[in-house]
Parts: sequence; C-alpha cells; structure tokens
Amino acid sequence: MVNLVWLIPVLPLAGFLLTGLFRNYLSKGLTGVIGCGTVLAAFVLSVLIFGEVRQPDFMPVIVNLFDFISVGTLHIAFSFQVDQLSVLFLLIITGVGFLIHLYSTSYMHEEAAPHFARYFSYLNLFVFSMLLLVLGSNFVILFIGWEGVGLCSYLLIGYWFKNMDYDAAAIKAFVMNRIGDLGFLIAIFMMISKFGSVDFETVFGAAAGGAHGGASVGYLTAITMLLFVGATGKSAQIPLYTWLPDAMAGPTPVSALIHAATMVTAGIYMIARSHVLYDLTPVTQHVVAVIGLATALLAASIALKQNDIKKVLAYSTVSQLGYMFLGLGVGAYAGAVFHVMTHAFFKALLFLGAGSVIHAMGGEQDMRKMGGLAARLPVTRWTMWVGCVAIAGIPPFSGFFSKDEILSAAYAVSPVYYVVGVFTALLTAFYMFRLYAETFMGGFRGTHEQEHHLHESPAAMTAPLIILALLAIVGGFVGIPDAIKPDAHLLGKFLEPVVGASPKGEGGGIEWVLMGVSVAVALIGAFWAAARFSRRPELGEATGFGKVLANKWYVDEFYNAVIVRPLDLLAQFLVFFDKNIVDGIVNGVGSLVRYGSRQLRLLQSGQVGGYVLLMVLGILVLFLVELFHPGGTSSAPAIVPSLGGKLPH
Amino acid sequence: MPINYYIFLSVALFCIGVAGVLTRRNAIIIFMCIELMLNSVNLLLVAFSKMHWHAMAATNPGAGANAQLFVFFIMIVAAAEVSVGLAIIVMMYRNTHSIDVNFLNRLKH
Repeated sequence: MVNLVWLIPVLPLAGFLLTGLFRNYLSKGLTGVIGCGTVLAAFVLSVLIFGEVRQPDFMPVIVNLFDFISVGTLHIAFSFQVDQLSVLFLLIITGVGFLIHLYSTSYMHEEAAPHFARYFSYLNLFVFSMLLLVLGSNFVILFIGWEGVGLCSYLLIGYWFKNMDYDAAAIKAFVMNRIGDLGFLIAIFMMISKFGSVDFETVFGAAAGGAHGGASVGYLTAITMLLFVGATGKSAQIPLYTWLPDAMAGPTPVSALIHAATMVTAGIYMIARSHVLYDLTPVTQHVVAVIGLATALLAASIALKQNDIKKVLAYSTVSQLGYMFLGLGVGAYAGAVFHVMTHAFFKALLFLGAGSVIHAMGGEQDMRKMGGLAARLPVTRWTMWVGCVAIAGIPPFSGFFSKDEILSAAYAVSPVYYVVGVFTALLTAFYMFRLYAETFMGGFRGTHEQEHHLHESPAAMTAPLIILALLAIVGGFVGIPDAIKPDAHLLGKFLEPVVGASPKGEGGGIEWVLMGVSVAVALIGAFWAAARFSRRPELGEATGFGKVLANKWYVDEFYNAVIVRPLDLLAQFLVFFDKNIVDGIVNGVGSLVRYGSRQLRLLQSGQVGGYVLLMVLGILVLFLVELFHPGGTSSAPAIVPSLGGKLPH
Repeated sequence: MPINYYIFLSVALFCIGVAGVLTRRNAIIIFMCIELMLNSVNLLLVAFSKMHWHAMAATNPGAGANAQLFVFFIMIVAAAEVSVGLAIIVMMYRNTHSIDVNFLNRLKH
C-alpha cells in the first residue's frame, strides 16, 4: 500500500487537468464531483497508508519514482518519503482539503461554469503541490511543491481577476513569497556545495555525524537561517507577513485552505523536517523563537482593531503561526506540529464559518454591520463558537492542549517567552470573542434587505462546519500532556521517530500552574470581550493608539516608502536608460550605416573621368607604398641617384 | 647629356598627359594626351637604350637595341588603339551629337 503513495498527489493532478482543460464543457455538478472526488480518494488512500504507518515497527519508506536530476556527482531523485510526519500532514491536507472542496461547491455556486471549473482546477493543483511538498524526500521536491503552492496562492487570490485590487494583492503575495524563496534556494545551494546532496537522509546524516560532515556550525547556522527566511515568506512571519491579510481578497474557502490550514504551514513542516539541523544551531533557534513570538504579539495587537471579519481571522492566522514558530524555536517540534493540526481544524472552521456568515449577509464582511445573527444562523453560530473557544485555548477543546504544550516548552527556555506568549493568548481570546460578539450577539445592525436575506447555509456548507467543529473539540485528545496523564501524548510518541523526543516539562506542580494561568487568562479575555462587545460594539473609527493598531502599525506604508518607491524609481530610470540610451545606440548604428551608404553612393557618378582619376590616385598610392616599404630588397630612394651614369654622345 | 635630363623630360610629359586625361572634356583631346603619355615612355626607353649601348655591345655584339625595338611595339599598339578609339568617338557623335565626356554618364544607370 505504501508503494501506492505516488497515487495520492497524482489524483488531484488528474483532477486539475480534467477540470482545467475541459472547463468549457463540464457542468458545474460534474466539476464539483471531479474536484471533490479526487481529494476524497486521496484522503482514503492517506488513511490506509496511515494505518500501515501506525504499526509499531514501521520504518520510514522511500518510494523512488524516477531520476530527476543527474549531473556529475549530484543525483536528485524524484522520490517520496513516507513516515509519520509526512503521513500526518497527508491526512490534514487531504481531509481538511476535502471538506473545503465540498464547502466550495456550494459557496461558489454563483460562478459561471467555466470559472467554477477554473476554481476547482486551481484548488486541485494546489492540493497536488502541497502533497508534493510534504511527500518529497529531498529539499528539491519540497521546493517544487513550495513553489507550486505559491503559484496557486497567486492564482486563487486573484481568482476574481477583473478587480485590480485583488490582482495587486495576488502579486504582493507572490512577490513576498519569492523573496523568501531566494533564501531557501541559497540554502539548497549551500547544502549541495557542502554535502553534495539534497536528500534528507544524506544531509541530516552528514550534519549529525562527526565534524558535521565537513560543515562548521557557522555554515549550518547560515543554512538554517536561510531556510528560515524561506519560511518567513511562506508562513507569513515578520518581515514578510503583510501579504496574508491582503490575501483575503480571494474567495473565503481559499482563505480557509491556503492561508489557514495548509500552505502557510509549509514553513513549519520544513523546519520540523529539518529539526536535525536546527538542533545543531542554537543561534537560529533563538532567532526563530523570537521572531515567532514577536509576530504573534504584533498580529494579535492588529487584530484587536480590525473591522473586516476576514481580516481579523487573517491576523489571527499570522499570530497562531507565530506560536508555531515559537514552538519550533524552543525545540518543541512535536508541539508545533500538534498546533498545526489543531489550528487547521479550528482556523478552517472559523474561516468557513465566516464564509457562511458573509454568504448569509449577501457579501457583507464588515462586522460593524452585523450583529444578532445567532438566532438566524444557528449551525454557523454554534460551530463558530466552538472555533472561538478552541482558538482561545480553553480546555477541553483542542487549542488548549497544543498551545499549552508550546507555552510550557517556552517557559523551560525562558520565562519571558512564556509571559509574552500568555499575554498574546489573552489578546487572542479577546479579539476572537470580540469577533463572536459583534457578529452573533447584540442587535442586528445591517440593512433591511440584508435582514430579509438572512438564512442558514445549505448542507454542503454546514456539514463541513459540523465535522470541523467535532474535530476541533476532540482533536486535542491525541496530545494530552504528561502532567495530566503520563504517557498519554499519543501524537508526540507517534512523531518521535521523525522529530525527536519532546522536551520534558517542568514537572508536576509548575506545569499545573502554567496551565492554570493560561486557562485563566483565556477565560478572562473571552468573557470580558463577549460582555463588552455584545452591549457596545465598536462602531466608530478608531482613535489614538487604536488608530495605530487599526492601520496595522503603518508597516505597509513603511514598506512602500522604503522599498517599493526606490525600486519604482530605479525601474523608471532603467526604462529611460533602455529606451533612450540602449535603443539610441542600436538605432544610431543603423542611421550611421544609412548616412555612410548615402555618401558612398555619390561615388557612382557615371563620369568616366572620375573613375580614371580614382584609378590614377590608387596607382600613385601603390607606388609610394612600394617606394618606402618595398616588398623586395633595398629601399628605393637610393635607386634614382645611383643612375648617375652619363650618356655617351 | 646626363640621363637625368631625359628622365625629367619624360616624367614631365607623362604628368602633362595624365593631367590632360583627367581634366579635358573633349574626347579627341583626351586621345591626344594618351598619345603623349605613350610617347613619353618611348622617349625614356630610347634614352636608356642609348645609355647602356656601349656597355652591352662590349660583351655581345649586336645587343643593346632591345629597348628601341620595344618602342616600335608601343607605337604599333598606339596606332591600333587610336583607330578603334576614333571609331568609337564617331559612333558617340552620331548618337548624341556631342563628344563632351561629361555628357556621357550612362554608366550611372
């Protein structure tokens, strides 16, 4: 069964080709069946393979497909690595992906059939690329998937391409991704240069072995830092995070799949996979943790003052990704992956729920115009409530377990990390319940037509919501910390062969205190926000410090002034240079030739006299040349005087 | 007489001939100048032949007249060329009623 792992990415690829090539001929129903069916089949296969991987004596398998690049001593094979980490991600991608595909069939039903098919072809291509990313057995295959998801992100953000703002957002996402990709590529080159290979086994084995396979710790630090640069681009960390809120221009299911559950977690997967390298470079680990924490705090602060429901969720995603990087930075690789899983559940749930709300409000996304939707949208309301509780980290829902694991590992490294993390958790609970209160509680603040239009979403949309809500509730029980029940951390033990042992907690007493503090903080934030915003929703524009938060700390404006404007000026200068100087030279050569030929043409006067003159001049020149530089023997001026003989009479 | 005088005279005649070919417009005058050039060469050949006569006759009686014989060849060629050339000029005149060479720039087309 494991040998059939190649089928898992190929199925969505086939779906992409079918819906893409035949989009003008397929009906919407058939497109939906193909689009969802391929991902469902991939999910079924993933479950079967998971069953095999779960066996206690499973060894990672590498399924070799074909030789991809073979140059000199460098051999890069197109092969898939099936182990616990990749199969976990397979389940997340195909499972949550299928639910989102199903949801999309209803959410996008207003699109014309060819565009509907285009949407599903892009989605399937995305799933294919993401599967390549997590299945690859070397950094190059990972990078192919990495680039592919970046491309699909661009295609899907700019799905409604007739809107120039959405196009700009799509380009912004792609360009920022690309900046990160440069770091990733340089890291790959460095690996090839030092280790002669990009295979995970070879690189990690060499690095872990004696003398680190010839690389100094400084060299490894450079590699890991560059890989992390790639991760900041893909997973929206400081400084390359500003694309993600703008990416909300895409359809909501896209935001759920790409910018919550899967693509943005690619960076975490990559670092978890390379944990061997990161364990050897504590400098990079500190950098990862600090940047993750800073991003979490920054994004949470911005989310406090956002009025667009999707923007709140976008900044929430950036913040939660910061938590995952914090987990990676303190060595809790299993914890970070655990948070990836639970985050996929509740964030996809929240985004799909937001989509349901937007759908019910007829396209309205501003929370200030919502309110009191609880009675009219019961399923959406309760599932989103589950999502909010989960993300706030309130037990027994899943978010508590994963977040707590990261926070206690952070405490073990530095209490400062823990304190900042808990503060951010407070902010998280606060803004999430602000969202919940302003959307579902209080009185309705929209227009009359919107009120008439309010209705619960169809089954294709509510079923995924319910399934995801159930997962968000019980998903945490695979990672019960040792303090509550020893040896019950199933996920940690499952991933141990791949990412190493989880760091041991502080032990009994302190752990309970840490857990208690974070739970208390989350509950305080939640109740405070719910009470405040259900009664007095924030309707006006923000003032003072709130204005700074609402304007995202003016980071976009800063980037525009410092990076975009100078590049623009450079581009204008280069356009001027190219048009006038380069083209000028090329055209100048042409006109020079034409001028010269025009002058030369005058030689052909048809006057024989002129021709004879030129002939005589030519002969004269030849004689002179021969006189002063003869081809033969002596030099000439001596010849004439030597004929000094006299003529006889 | 020193040979230099003959050389200078011959060169002068040749240059006058060349100048005439290049600058005169009348075709017949151009022919006359061509004759002038040929004859200057003849003069020079005869002068050199006389200069070397006694030196060459000392070793080989009857030798030394090579250049003078060559002069006859040149004169014959000149005569033939003049006859052909004048025929061409007559045809030219018949067609265009002019023997001005500047008028005849048909090679331009």
